[in-house]
Amino acid sequence: MDFFVQQLVNGVTLGSVYALIALGYSMVYGILKLLNFAHGEVYMMGAFIGYFVLTGLGGASSPMLPVAPVLILMFLAAMLGAGLLGVVIERFAYRPLRDAPRIAPLISAIGVSFFLQASALLLFSAQFRTYNTPQLIPFSTGLEVGPLRISLVRMLVIGSSIFLMIALTLLVNRTRLGKAMRAVSYDREAAAMMGIDVDRVIVATFFIGSVLAGAAGVMVGLVFERVFHFMGFIAGLKGFTAAVIGGIGNIPGAMLGGLLIGLAEAFSSSYISSTFQNLIVFGILITVMLVRPSGLLGSPVLKKV
Amino acid sequence: MPRIGTDEWVEQQELRTEYYTGLTAPARRAFDRVGPGPRFLTFLAICALFPFLTDSPFLIRVGVNVLLFALLALGLNIVVGWAGLLDLGYVAFYGFGAYMYAWVSSGQFDIHLPTELAIPLVVTASALLGLLLGLPSWRLVGDYLAITTLFFAQIFVELALNLDRLQLPWMDEPLDLTGGPNGIPGIDRMDILGIELPGVRDYFFLLLIVFALVVIGLYYVNESRTGRGWRASREDPLAAELMTTPVNRLKLLAFAMGAAIAGLSGSIFAAVQTGVFPQNFEVVLLIMIYAALILGGAGSISGAILGAIIVASVPEILRTPENARFLFYAAAIAVLVATVRPWQRLAVVVAAVVAFGAVLYQLVALAWPVGVEGELTGGRFSGLLESWMVIPAENQELIGNIAFVLLVASVLTLTLLRGDARLMLLVPTLYLASFVWENRLIAQPSVTRQLLFGAILVAMMTRRPHGLLGTPRVENPV
Repeated sequence: MDFFVQQLVNGVTLGSVYALIALGYSMVYGILKLLNFAHGEVYMMGAFIGYFVLTGLGGASSPMLPVAPVLILMFLAAMLGAGLLGVVIERFAYRPLRDAPRIAPLISAIGVSFFLQASALLLFSAQFRTYNTPQLIPFSTGLEVGPLRISLVRMLVIGSSIFLMIALTLLVNRTRLGKAMRAVSYDREAAAMMGIDVDRVIVATFFIGSVLAGAAGVMVGLVFERVFHFMGFIAGLKGFTAAVIGGIGNIPGAMLGGLLIGLAEAFSSSYISSTFQNLIVFGILITVMLVRPSGLLGSPVLKKV
Repeated sequence: MPRIGTDEWVEQQELRTEYYTGLTAPARRAFDRVGPGPRFLTFLAICALFPFLTDSPFLIRVGVNVLLFALLALGLNIVVGWAGLLDLGYVAFYGFGAYMYAWVSSGQFDIHLPTELAIPLVVTASALLGLLLGLPSWRLVGDYLAITTLFFAQIFVELALNLDRLQLPWMDEPLDLTGGPNGIPGIDRMDILGIELPGVRDYFFLLLIVFALVVIGLYYVNESRTGRGWRASREDPLAAELMTTPVNRLKLLAFAMGAAIAGLSGSIFAAVQTGVFPQNFEVVLLIMIYAALILGGAGSISGAILGAIIVASVPEILRTPENARFLFYAAAIAVLVATVRPWQRLAVVVAAVVAFGAVLYQLVALAWPVGVEGELTGGRFSGLLESWMVIPAENQELIGNIAFVLLVASVLTLTLLRGDARLMLLVPTLYLASFVWENRLIAQPSVTRQLLFGAILVAMMTRRPHGLLGTPRVENPV
């Protein structure tokens, strides 16, 4: 039972990170019908920005400021940097392709992804960087309930991603910008005719999605410590999968999908077999797709004549 | 821009009657008058001459890769270009073909089938697998189909990695199916109708024959009832179905044909490499095949071939610094010639870049002498760059990195500017590009390849979204 709860915590931690990445995919898809394959690379850059802020402030062993401001600065810098990167990518790689066949922006996105990955390799070299989180926040601190222990870092990750998701939900459902985003995603042309500045809404969507990815990057750096140029690819794939499983373009769906994949990974690796972990996850996902062809919470695709 | 209501045929008709201007016009008109048959024969003849022009096994191996890529792109073209199904699991068929060939002609199970039997077996098995994995396309559309097929590709790699000690209940010993991460080495060379194929050169010719047959076959399939059915169901599945096109059967047929071609090229690949390894069939390869197809133009046979040539050969030329330097400056000049017009303006830009470098070099030499004391990497052409290219002896990496970021920023700004401002910025950008090249990139060919590949994909797509030889067509918004 304790083991089960421990795995549950692991799964939720992993899942909340995937969910944050998936949100970026899903929001962009909702508005542009574009699979933003460069999203994983934005997340990788966020993790690197967090790392450089941490080293700039003296490293994990001897930070110049108390722990809380260090963490806040790391998150803010990574989120802002990732957000700006997302906006630049949209402006130069996707905007010229707004009305092109749907596969063209996909290839452009793959190009951006290759370019960013190679840039990271060139600028930061191939070596693994580590956040050294235990020196910043000892893993022993945290909540203890009987034999079960949840470290502070994990609580921080789960807590801040829940906070970000609530903030996003409020933004989408309660603000003018959110209303504009929903309108554009429903029908871009009609929204433009109603006086919505579509370009501005798209830029805002990319910014918000990338901000979430940047935050996810720092979280992964804190929990798993290692940061490297190739990390965006796999995480991007998982985030994309989460978005599709939940019903792409659907915000609660992306959260659910992320959580589901995180849990599936944690439980299949600990209970069944670590060699076949990915196989089991993919098997579950294919089954979900075949049973619900447009994702768990997605609305079925309408056939128009 | 395609006009609403213009279909593919009308669009091509306009292209056919397009009036060319400029110096190359007679050549282009003459090229247009030659039909597809003679054009393809000329292409084949040039390809067949290639192994006689060079002795280098490396170059012939590049040729083999180009042909393999062309076959893969042609197979993918059936599924993606014609039937319009986004199949991200395509590379699994290639891998399956390779492993299947390895099973029936290597020491793995000690089966050594004759090649004439092995190849049809592999192709049939791949086609059946294609039918099976194509089934989800009945229910799933668009990106949902894409993600599901991507899972198949991932599952294939996972299986190849992990099926090396499969414990079956009725067996005492664990079964080694795929050799795990070490793959299956020692695959038999092919031996067709008594002709042995020992070297890479022989496989080049085998591939060329296979390639020619596949292209001819696909040409007729495309013109046939089936080809029209594919295109109809791509444009509008519902309308096509109402017109009694068997959409679901055509989808499966597309999957099976694509898989058969992929399996065939997989088996040849396995024989050329004399081994199969899981890392040969990862998602990166899939991305490269897609890039080849989309660069060339999805839906077009010649486009797929052209894309494959670009994607498979350009990265290889970048491998050695001497070639890379030559290629870099040649490409820079080619891009300038293509984009800056008229030629007087081009001459001004080139002269300005040369002058800019020379002045900058002297300034740096005066202000910070260490800044010009570094050595150029690679031998050839380096004499020409002396007292023009600033090579710092200290902090080269850091300065190079800053210059790289500046370069990206200025290239992006260039795309926003028009007119004289663009030319003004072009001069320092060009110098910056060669600075980054000489100081940072030339020593790291693999990073450079990836950087350039990514940049080319973005640049190509934003310029020509329908690919080099593709036909622009109007898509229904989803």
